[in-house]
Amino acid sequence: MFKQMEGSEAVAKAVALCRPEVVCAYPITPQTHIVEGVGALVKDGTLVNCEFINVESEFAALSVAIGASAAGARTYTATASQGLLFMAEAVYNAAGLGLPIVMTIGNRAIGAPINIWNDHSDSMSMRDAGWIQLYAETNQEAVDLHIQAFRLAEELSCPVMVCMDGFILTHAYERLDIPTQEGVDAFLPAFEPVQVLDPDDPYSIGAMVGPEAFTEVRYLANDTQLQALKLIPEISGVFKDVFGRESGGLIHEYRTEGAETIVIALGSVNGTIKEVIDHMHENGAAIGSVSICSFRPFPLDELRDALTGAKRVVVIEKSLAPGLGGIVASNVRMSLRGASLPVYTVIAGLGGRTITMTSLQEVFEAAAEDRLPDLQFLDLDHGAVEHEIVRARRTRRSGPTAEHILRQKAGGLSK
Amino acid sequence: MTDRTPQTIKFYQTGTHTVGNRLLDESKRTVQASMDRSNAITSGHRACQGCGEALGARYALDTAMRATDGQLVAVNATGCLEVFTTPYPETSWQLPWLHSLFGNAPAVATGVAAALRVKGRKDIKVVAQGGDGGTTDIGFGCLSGMFERNDDVLYICYDNEAYMNTGVQRSSATPPAARTATTQAIGEAPGNVFGTGKNMPLIAMAHNIPYVATASVADLHDLEAKVTKAMGMSGARYIHIMVPCPLGWGTASDATIHVARLAVESGLFPLFEAEHGEVTKATKIRRRVPVEDYLCIQKRFAHLFRKDAKDIASIAAIQRMADHNIERFGLLDGEAPS
Amino acid sequence: MTKQLPFAITLDPGSSLANHTGSWRTLKPVYLDRLPPCNNACPAGENIQGWLYHAEEGDYETAWQVLMRDNPMPAVMGRVCYHPCEGACNRGDLDEAVAIHAVERFLGDQALKNGWTPDLELLATGKRVLVVGAGPSGLSAAYHLRRLGHNVTIREAGPMAGGMMRFGIPKYRLPRDVLDKEIQRILDLGVKLELNCKVDDVPAAFATEGFDAIFIAVGAHLGKRIDIPAYAAGKILDAASVLRDMETGIEPPQLGRRVIIYGGGNTAMDAARTAKRLGVDEAMIVYRRSRKEMPAHDFEAAEAEEEGILIHWLRTIKQIDETTFTVEKMKIDADGRPQPTGEFETLEADTLILALGQDVDTSFLEKVPGIVIASDGVIDVDAQMMTGYPGLFAGGDMVPSERTVTIAVGHGKKAARHIDAWLKGEAYEKFEKAQLAAFENLNTWYYDDAPKSVQPGLDIVRRQTSFDEVIGDLDESNALFEARRCLSCGNCFECDNCYGVCPDNAVRKLGPGKRFEFIYDFCKGCGLCATECPCGAIEMVPETI
Repeated sequence: MFKQMEGSEAVAKAVALCRPEVVCAYPITPQTHIVEGVGALVKDGTLVNCEFINVESEFAALSVAIGASAAGARTYTATASQGLLFMAEAVYNAAGLGLPIVMTIGNRAIGAPINIWNDHSDSMSMRDAGWIQLYAETNQEAVDLHIQAFRLAEELSCPVMVCMDGFILTHAYERLDIPTQEGVDAFLPAFEPVQVLDPDDPYSIGAMVGPEAFTEVRYLANDTQLQALKLIPEISGVFKDVFGRESGGLIHEYRTEGAETIVIALGSVNGTIKEVIDHMHENGAAIGSVSICSFRPFPLDELRDALTGAKRVVVIEKSLAPGLGGIVASNVRMSLRGASLPVYTVIAGLGGRTITMTSLQEVFEAAAEDRLPDLQFLDLDHGAVEHEIVRARRTRRSGPTAEHILRQKAGGLSK
Repeated sequence: MTDRTPQTIKFYQTGTHTVGNRLLDESKRTVQASMDRSNAITSGHRACQGCGEALGARYALDTAMRATDGQLVAVNATGCLEVFTTPYPETSWQLPWLHSLFGNAPAVATGVAAALRVKGRKDIKVVAQGGDGGTTDIGFGCLSGMFERNDDVLYICYDNEAYMNTGVQRSSATPPAARTATTQAIGEAPGNVFGTGKNMPLIAMAHNIPYVATASVADLHDLEAKVTKAMGMSGARYIHIMVPCPLGWGTASDATIHVARLAVESGLFPLFEAEHGEVTKATKIRRRVPVEDYLCIQKRFAHLFRKDAKDIASIAAIQRMADHNIERFGLLDGEAPS
Repeated sequence: MTKQLPFAITLDPGSSLANHTGSWRTLKPVYLDRLPPCNNACPAGENIQGWLYHAEEGDYETAWQVLMRDNPMPAVMGRVCYHPCEGACNRGDLDEAVAIHAVERFLGDQALKNGWTPDLELLATGKRVLVVGAGPSGLSAAYHLRRLGHNVTIREAGPMAGGMMRFGIPKYRLPRDVLDKEIQRILDLGVKLELNCKVDDVPAAFATEGFDAIFIAVGAHLGKRIDIPAYAAGKILDAASVLRDMETGIEPPQLGRRVIIYGGGNTAMDAARTAKRLGVDEAMIVYRRSRKEMPAHDFEAAEAEEEGILIHWLRTIKQIDETTFTVEKMKIDADGRPQPTGEFETLEADTLILALGQDVDTSFLEKVPGIVIASDGVIDVDAQMMTGYPGLFAGGDMVPSERTVTIAVGHGKKAARHIDAWLKGEAYEKFEKAQLAAFENLNTWYYDDAPKSVQPGLDIVRRQTSFDEVIGDLDESNALFEARRCLSCGNCFECDNCYGVCPDNAVRKLGPGKRFEFIYDFCKGCGLCATECPCGAIEMVPETI
């Protein structure tokens, strides 16, 4: 049934349909509306048999989730940005313990400078924590991915992050189809943990493992991810059978047939990219795109297949690995090992900067002519950064960069 | 005939001080005296010789196991207790046990309790446990959160007054003047600083949680009574158990209980209970000793007793701490808490 | 269902039992039984800690049976023994010694009240042993010999059995029904008693009557005399005779209004207190040394004084003129000996009772070959208590030793063992004594403070006027209390401390009465068990490997 609603509210409803038993909540923009929504559903009796726990930090939120999951409860929480970093230790721990927690990331930049707007710095920082990371392209997909995520997590006993762009998705009102409870119940079997804290079978969970077995433990963590590579499309297929809708999977291809230039991106920016591609096709450009839904596990083979025949790849990514460039791009290059086509990295949308169709089209056109540098920052104010570099070189006590750039942009003076 | 007041029979040979006593009714003996105690931590663990924490944890958890008829889950913070009990491929635990991180045991326990509640397993109780570092320092936030929400968890802090597992570094529970690897016994003010202290039981009480108690491995009956009482209650509960560390304190391996006893008898470690923020009972000192008796047998305080340079001022300052406790909690006979 | 638990991170319960931490150990705890100081001090060789152990449980009959293995007369002993055990008791260093005698008396009285009889297996040996003298030593020997399966005949020269228990100890300290019943219980085991039957010819008893061994314990009944210049002597008696006449005489001795008892031993106190009870107005003790040096036990002097007896310390009687006694003041020199001062005073008395000690009448042994009689009349015996005449043993007051009922009872037991061995052609092997359980071996924290139970006392008027027993019984609850004051020095009393304080669960509890064992596979040798053992029954020894 379609209904106009905010992305966060839709996700809250979707999560509730999955009948989570323990939900931990700690506020951080832009995910807050999600846990508020789940909390309201618990409080108004829509979601029964669920403990909604307001905790004192994100670290506690995921820690509570760890305990609940280890005790056999279907467990959910959500966070973003600094919150994800604050719980970093627990993020790794949940994966290490093999606890099938589902956590939404309302993607947001990481400070300093503090910035509440969208990019992928937060979830990218945890890409190697052992969690499965799914990126939603739309709010509809966010809804659907959450439902799939519980099934995926529980089948593999591996935690799953569902990443959705902060504000762009979380705060956007759209017409969305919220599955029925019957549908979700049919799709999502009851949680049967592989291990549970049980006085009748009292094993110890969380042993200290030395060099003699640590490598094997890590190998098995990798193996779990490889299993996910098979399971993610399967679950997506079952989802389609039940709900009649394509959602999830490893990657989504768009007009890649015969495309010479293929654009790769994660999350909501794919919508804009598709519009630009459509526009460029009208002018006869051979361009298509791949939206990566599963960033972890990274679908090396599927991506390689999708890129076969392309002459170049442009990766639009909302995060930066300072000193290297693109994170997604580096991963994409892994799937192209042996091939010789260029992979251009375009860092875009950092800290919530709008990614315009115009700018994208310019980049894509430049790429098509192989005029792009390896690494480019979309819509970078070159004047501002050059001024700041000069200023900082000139003055030892140069003060805070961010504030100076803001002042300069506002037309103020700077030393 | 000389008139004699009839005397109530007591078990004077052993009083109530020994672990068991064949003369006592079975129900009045300690859990530890029982042949079928659960040995929540069993043999083969890698604790040092004479480890107070191994002892304290078994005391507490066996009691909790008895109180819950074995329906117990334990959550453990990182620390000595975790490391010496669960090095792959062996664990010493005989109850369902979960270790997550150093600083999150209270929150993890909250999660376990929530899961059990939602699953209708009200019969299963949750204990979280950690050392003083995991409790008073790195896990402090989570602990306070657990208290404030009044989650149904008994948190037990095994206090050995420093980070022993990592090689005896100072924690916020390290007493003044104590030597640790990060508060060396050198310079003008050797050992730990005389700070303002961080009294975790009192902090716990400030949360108005249903139950707070201190206990010591030197007083098993008292300890078991407190754990039993705590297990009979719901909501957030906190027990702070002093567990001497032969390695970190520089005491003989057979002196663990003795030194814990001196801590109690000197007044430095008061044994008390509090309910909903109010002290309800203090265990009286039986044979009072000066703090010097307690300090001088520990190498971590050896610099206070240097030949020709006894640090009288520091010892006096520590004595004042003990005296203050004695007054505050009414630890001597005939004294009520002030 | 096969579990598919995560590899390495999740472990099966209790799997650390595979890790044998016993290899860490350099010191190893071992259980041992140390010798409790009470047992060590008991002249009768009682296993005091052993019987208190049962009394603590309220199992008085078992306690009494254990007691009876060493001492046939607990009700008597609990009253008259000067309890050196209590002097040695470690509890004395804590608060006050356990009132062992009071518990012993309680057990003895319980046995008499309930008619308990000693558990014994009589394996008839066919050997015949003659015991000469029915005093404590003779009765004890007879009892123990009977327990060992021998046929025993006691011959007693006097009209009643009991020896000095009857003729030396007044009834206010030892009621006669108690004595009679305990003697009867020995006889009931099949010991034959022949009264008024003096043995004059020892060799004949062997040769003619065919006894296989003889134990003589005729005691020391002859009151020592002393020469005091007397112009006109008043009545002079000896204490032994006075006390004996109390038992055998038709009428009590006539003592007049004022009596002086001369001497500072327990017999002097007994004589004085007896005189007081016989109605004299004034009973005075004259003793040449001070209270510190007196051989009497302090409590006896104190009780005498409570009853109104005046003790003139540091006085010797120099001269008697009818009822006037001239006494010289003495002082104690550096060597502790009394020295005359040349100062005199006088005392008035109708009767003088000499209480200067007693001698043994050994005249009947003079002709026995191999017997060596010392100058003071006592008989030499070897380490097996045998005299120079093969098969003839001697004990009690007639051999060199302190003269107390308890020592005599101990002699009887010891002689019985040696006689038994001799009869079998063996030598009795003494157990090697375990190391003493010293106060330092104890961890007294675990014992609660508990002052001694006070036995009720008779009121003073009745003490001065009747021969009723002065010291009362402990009632059951007090006796139990007192038994439980025992620290069980050096002997495990199953307090579970070792089992409880082991951080490695390396102590196995074996169940009631079975104590504990160490699980050396896991014991790391920390020593907590030994340090926290209240009674010192664990020792740390160096590991051999």
